[in-house]
Amino acid sequence: MAEVKTKGEVIFNRAAIVAVLIALVIMLTPIFWIGATAFKPRNLATTAPPTVFFEPTLSPFAKLFTKRSQLREPVDEATYAAAPWWEQLIYDGGESVVRNKKTGEATSSGYGNRYMNSLIVSIISTFLAVSMGTITAYGFSRFRVPGEQDWLFFILSTRMLPPIVVAIPMFLMYRAVGLYDTHVGLIILYTAFNLSFAVWIMKGFIDEIPREYEEAALVDGYTRLQAFRKIVLPEALTGIAATAVFCFITAWNEYAFALMMTSRNAQTAPPYIPSQVGSGLSDWTVIASGAFLFLLPVAIFTFLLRNHLLRGMSFGAIRK
Amino acid sequence: MADVMTRLEPDTRAAARGLSDLSIRNLFIIPTIAFLIIFNVFPLIYSLYTAFTDYRASTSAPANWIGLGNFRELLNDPNIWRNFTITAKYVVISVTGQVFVGFGLAMLLNRPIPLKGLITTLLLLPMMLSPAVVGLFWKLLYDPSFGIINFFLGLGKFEWLADPQMALWAVAIVDIWMWSPFVMLLSLAGLSAVPKHLYEAAEIDRAGPFYTFFRITLPLVAPILMIAIIFRTMEAFKTFDHAYILSTQPTTELIAIRLYKMAFLEWQTGMSSAFAYIVLIVVVAITNIYVKYLNKAKAR
Repeated sequence: MAEVKTKGEVIFNRAAIVAVLIALVIMLTPIFWIGATAFKPRNLATTAPPTVFFEPTLSPFAKLFTKRSQLREPVDEATYAAAPWWEQLIYDGGESVVRNKKTGEATSSGYGNRYMNSLIVSIISTFLAVSMGTITAYGFSRFRVPGEQDWLFFILSTRMLPPIVVAIPMFLMYRAVGLYDTHVGLIILYTAFNLSFAVWIMKGFIDEIPREYEEAALVDGYTRLQAFRKIVLPEALTGIAATAVFCFITAWNEYAFALMMTSRNAQTAPPYIPSQVGSGLSDWTVIASGAFLFLLPVAIFTFLLRNHLLRGMSFGAIRK
Repeated sequence: MADVMTRLEPDTRAAARGLSDLSIRNLFIIPTIAFLIIFNVFPLIYSLYTAFTDYRASTSAPANWIGLGNFRELLNDPNIWRNFTITAKYVVISVTGQVFVGFGLAMLLNRPIPLKGLITTLLLLPMMLSPAVVGLFWKLLYDPSFGIINFFLGLGKFEWLADPQMALWAVAIVDIWMWSPFVMLLSLAGLSAVPKHLYEAAEIDRAGPFYTFFRITLPLVAPILMIAIIFRTMEAFKTFDHAYILSTQPTTELIAIRLYKMAFLEWQTGMSSAFAYIVLIVVVAITNIYVKYLNKAKAR
């Protein structure tokens, strides 16, 4: 835009800045509210009017990882004093940890497991999708492929399929071969989903690496594979990293497949967290703390990715 | 030697060192294509078969071939048409909202603003976060008694999700919140690509702000905006996550939700496969348009 010159333009510019800041506050409020609720004592989570200022507590997180039951009467002081800090926080909320009858150990809630499942499935499927996607992108970028545009369209179109359309036959097939509710089953689905994305994005990144680099290497006696490994891969590293983060976020956030293809064993966090909202009085602080831990990695990744967001979101078509 | 790398026919280097280019090309490309065919195309062929049967995955009864029966029943079912109408309404509301909010934000941001990079990244956060988990949280925000939306808007005990008419808007508002940043991101790219000399020329000609906007800015951003609109239309058409979590109202039963219920709660496997095929045809049609625009943008 043209530089600000006249007095009227200065005022207009200031107004625009104010409008941007207001928009920023509105857009971030829901996210802020998740973060705030995650550190609230239970009685402040659902108040009218809403509580904005409060003394933060870690008790939602202590509750998040444990199975609890309501206390009928407060525990005696000796038990309370002997308990670790996180258990004291649970006692403070009028609840006690459910303990294993035999070992006396605290029972954990499903959250930790679901979080681990999310990590396992997302990391492995990202690795597979990016490695396969990178070599395929190289193939499409450097060699003549008959019907190239059609293949690329085919690859992209698999990404556009609504998960539910694929899930109906996949469910039947998974059930038949015993892949229902397994990590492998989910990893395959996420790899397929991210693979098409990885091919498109990586093709853009590899197209940008000058062919002369490989040409020189070939003249120097490298084989094509050596040139790919020692010249192209290092040059494409930023692109590979950005693609990997994108694939990870997609797999991490995925809900529909996880809902339909898993039940307990391999369930990831996205279907688990909403299932905690029961019909009765839900403890929103626990839900918020679960959401907070789940959203935090993606929020951090978004900042790392900020210069590649445009490219990633447009499948590599628009770059700056 | 110069033309060795320039998209030569892969087999011409067959005699060179190491693996031939032809075998490398095949080694690099075929596994991916095979993987996608096995896990995307093959299931679809399988469900094309079940679409013509009365199969139910919940029973052990064998599938009976009923020809076009499922399709006939679906297309004659007024409830399915209602799902399509609801989805169309939802798509129009949310995509229109996203275009106005997203493009508006981009116009505001397209000027020298302190901390512009940080502000832009923060504004993009909603689209990166899990729709299921964030969508779930809007339940608390929409709560009539202690939700912050009613509090800040001073709406008293306004029912967002319990009111059948309002619920679809409530779901669409979450979508607008989540995806306006996407339209903003693409619009910003479009706006920054408008050559500055056009604005300077317009200024010399004493063109008003409306003229400048409608004759310079909008036409030049239109191609990228179009990509954003088609992509969001397609995604909105498929909306499932936050809509399913937020509302159980029949008035918010989008196509994806109906399909899910039909397949996994009512176990009408054959019928839902047929329904899935109808949905698939719509999605492939939009994808086709989308890719056409993507390639156009790439060519520029």
